[in-house]
Amino acid sequence: MTNFFEKSDLTRSEAENIISDTLQKCDDGELYLENSKSETILLDDNKIKNSSYNSDLGFGFRAISDEVVAYSHSNEISKNSLKQSSENLKSTLKSAKGTYSYEIPKSNKKYYENINPIEQKSLNEKIKILNDVNSYLRSKGDQVKQVTANFLGEQKSIEIIRSGGETLSDVRPLIRFNVSVMLEKDGRKETGVYGVGGRQSYDSYLKDENWKSVCDEALRIASVNLESKPAPAGEMKVVLGPGWPAILIHEAVGHGLEGDFNRKKTSAFHNLMGQKVASEGVTIVDDGTIDNRRGSLTIDDEGTPTEKTVLIENGILKNFMQDRLNARLMKTKSTGSGRRENYRHIVLPRMRNTMMLSGNRTQDEMIKAVDKGIFAVSFGGGQVDITSGKFVFNCTEAYEIVNGKIGSPIKGATLIGDGPSILREVSMVGNDMMMDPGIGTCGKAGQGVPVGVAQPSILINKMTVGGTKL
Amino acid sequence: MVKDQEFLEKKASYCLDLAKKLGATESSAVVMNSVSETVNFRNKKLDESNRSDDLGISITTYIGKKRSSISSSNLINDNLNILIEKCIETTKNTPEDEFNSLPDRDLLAKEVKDLDLYDETHIENDKKIDYLKRLEAAASNDKKIVNTESSFAQNKSNFILANSEGFCDGYRTSSFTASSVTVAKDKKSMERDYEYSSKCFLKDLEDANELGKLAANQSIRKLSPKKISSEKIGIIFDKRIAKGILSTFASAIASSAISRGTSFLKDKVNQKIFSNKINVIDKPDILRGLGSRNFDSEGVKTDTLKLVDQGILKHYLIDTYNGKKLNLKSNGRCGGTSNLYFENGNISFKDLLNSSSKSLYITETIGHGSNIVTGDYSVGATGFLVENGEFKYPINEITIAGNFKDMFQNITLANDLEFKYATNSPTMMIEGMVVAGK
Repeated sequence: MTNFFEKSDLTRSEAENIISDTLQKCDDGELYLENSKSETILLDDNKIKNSSYNSDLGFGFRAISDEVVAYSHSNEISKNSLKQSSENLKSTLKSAKGTYSYEIPKSNKKYYENINPIEQKSLNEKIKILNDVNSYLRSKGDQVKQVTANFLGEQKSIEIIRSGGETLSDVRPLIRFNVSVMLEKDGRKETGVYGVGGRQSYDSYLKDENWKSVCDEALRIASVNLESKPAPAGEMKVVLGPGWPAILIHEAVGHGLEGDFNRKKTSAFHNLMGQKVASEGVTIVDDGTIDNRRGSLTIDDEGTPTEKTVLIENGILKNFMQDRLNARLMKTKSTGSGRRENYRHIVLPRMRNTMMLSGNRTQDEMIKAVDKGIFAVSFGGGQVDITSGKFVFNCTEAYEIVNGKIGSPIKGATLIGDGPSILREVSMVGNDMMMDPGIGTCGKAGQGVPVGVAQPSILINKMTVGGTKL
Repeated sequence: MVKDQEFLEKKASYCLDLAKKLGATESSAVVMNSVSETVNFRNKKLDESNRSDDLGISITTYIGKKRSSISSSNLINDNLNILIEKCIETTKNTPEDEFNSLPDRDLLAKEVKDLDLYDETHIENDKKIDYLKRLEAAASNDKKIVNTESSFAQNKSNFILANSEGFCDGYRTSSFTASSVTVAKDKKSMERDYEYSSKCFLKDLEDANELGKLAANQSIRKLSPKKISSEKIGIIFDKRIAKGILSTFASAIASSAISRGTSFLKDKVNQKIFSNKINVIDKPDILRGLGSRNFDSEGVKTDTLKLVDQGILKHYLIDTYNGKKLNLKSNGRCGGTSNLYFENGNISFKDLLNSSSKSLYITETIGHGSNIVTGDYSVGATGFLVENGEFKYPINEITIAGNFKDMFQNITLANDLEFKYATNSPTMMIEGMVVAGK
């Protein structure tokens, strides 16, 4: 635990007084303190290119009156700095006449251990593994022209002090291990990327040389792409593999179900609560409570314990994801989805681990049901316009399907669809739900937060594939 | 107010001195402070105010050819002591890399010109609110507009870059940014669009009324879009999208991508990669330019570069490390380009629209569909069908795809270049791209 007041001229009780004084006529607000330590160790082009360490300390002070949010952040935890922030908040909210809501739910559950992954493995051990990754991949043949591998480790300690002095805290570990390999054959270059991660120690992913399976997967994707031919262009059936392709769910419906866009009625879903938005058999949850997952949180960044929120149940829209502000204005409760990238940013309702649950069909059945279409196994990033509902994602491993059989691999192409209607086009839901490997970062309003996704294989009747072959 | 030069210099030299004492053979430090004040409006009412005061330091230490770095937002000396010790310890344990070094002394910037990048003006929140009221009144005038979100931000920054070769310089910059996002709705659809203005000097900022009107019209004209059939067709990229294609070009000629062999433009210097008439300039010394700078993030002087001359690639963007690896001198592009732009073409916007009987005018793309290893490009797009020089109807839910190697050879530029961002392009037409739709 970080003692945020240890080296400050500001004592905890002085801070509490300033907080209570600033927030007295507000509806909500808090002081959010954060101390994060992170490291990057990068091997690239046969060398350790970067070994860096970052320590970040700061606070964000928030006051809310009705719909208006006043926010001020600084790196200096001092009497002056907090007082200046307080003055800023007060001047924005000079006409506030709210009643502070003291209520915040409690839970004793924890979804990760209080560890610092950076300190749990020495620099030399990490460098050795990266060098082993490089040698291992380069021993796989002359086609291997470039290898990049990195470790990202972080420990973030947060403390939330609310009006009246109630204090909530959390210590969050997070690691990621990535491998990227570029192959060249007959003048053609293709890359394959794979990674693993979550809220636990490096060793949970790296024991018994199991980093080799990460390398093998990156190499496999690159090899497939070396043989790929131009992707088709136009509307067709699409089979999505299990796991990471669930970023489709994240983009297509997840963002559109975040509370802020629905309160403001700018989401294509805002008037569809209780209505059928997906095929029967489609159930989607957003779950912050899975042990050690990248998107899991013990408490969110407002101090609310996270939960498993049912968004869509058997095709019917059930809930939006809420932070405290949007929940209050929409007369519902926070779902523990209030998140921020760090103390520099305001809280927004965000996803955690977004998952489509298993149905009862097999992937085989889906492939057999397609005359002409594509089978998408792995993706790069995605993006959505929540107002028009249109979303895209980029395939990094995909195959054509011809007459019920998987054919040649195809080049990376963008797939585009319409969020509110895509889930009605889901005609089969597989029995093979899988979590992603723990690598996702979601961007919204300039803030990146770690998230997870999961889904079984699914068959979509109609999507537009953005290839070059007409 | 933003911290002064003296404070930042003191912190930088404290770090360099300590690093030297602890055994660093070379070192560099950047210290920065940035203070922003932002006011946001939604539907003509105050929605959010935000003040941020960011301090930051980053230090790189070398022991011979070993290198490591640390960064922090906590500038208290006690914390810096711990971090620099840790940095030196990590440096000792990091393997050597023969190309690691500070920039050559003779390449460091000697004189720092006043590029007029700092406006003393402080605009109070009440004045920002006045601007936003006018902006949102104009943006929500039409009843098809159902939501408006607008923002006004003032930013003042200061930094110092210092290294153990004696380089120590920095300067203040300011920016004033106004933006408006509107949502328009009709029976069949809901669409969002935006307009934006960012300047070094407050008085250069776009008029609130104009900005609001543009933001509204750009959403309204997208209502009731259609989806078109898949076909090969000429694409006209609005300036705000065309600049993204120029940015992709810049990442493909970054010396890091070239030295790693992961760019489709590797070994293409002195080869024709664009059509004949294309010139690309990177000019760091534009007065009040949004990308202007006196030196790059290593302190190396930056001169204007004609990156592409009559279609021929002339330079990569070179930093010290990758330069040494490629046996080339740094051209002051550590951290990327400055004010990067395509020179104007020789036809008007109107003639560009008229240049084929049917084309697509793209105003927005979504997705991360640029692959600089292969040059493949595939993104989701929104825009308008253009027939005989006229906008016929809005289109969406399509993708556009091609390969940059071919796309670059087929670019035609209009003569409507403006300096609205740090990277700028006139309206751009590319023949022969594939649209995937119905």
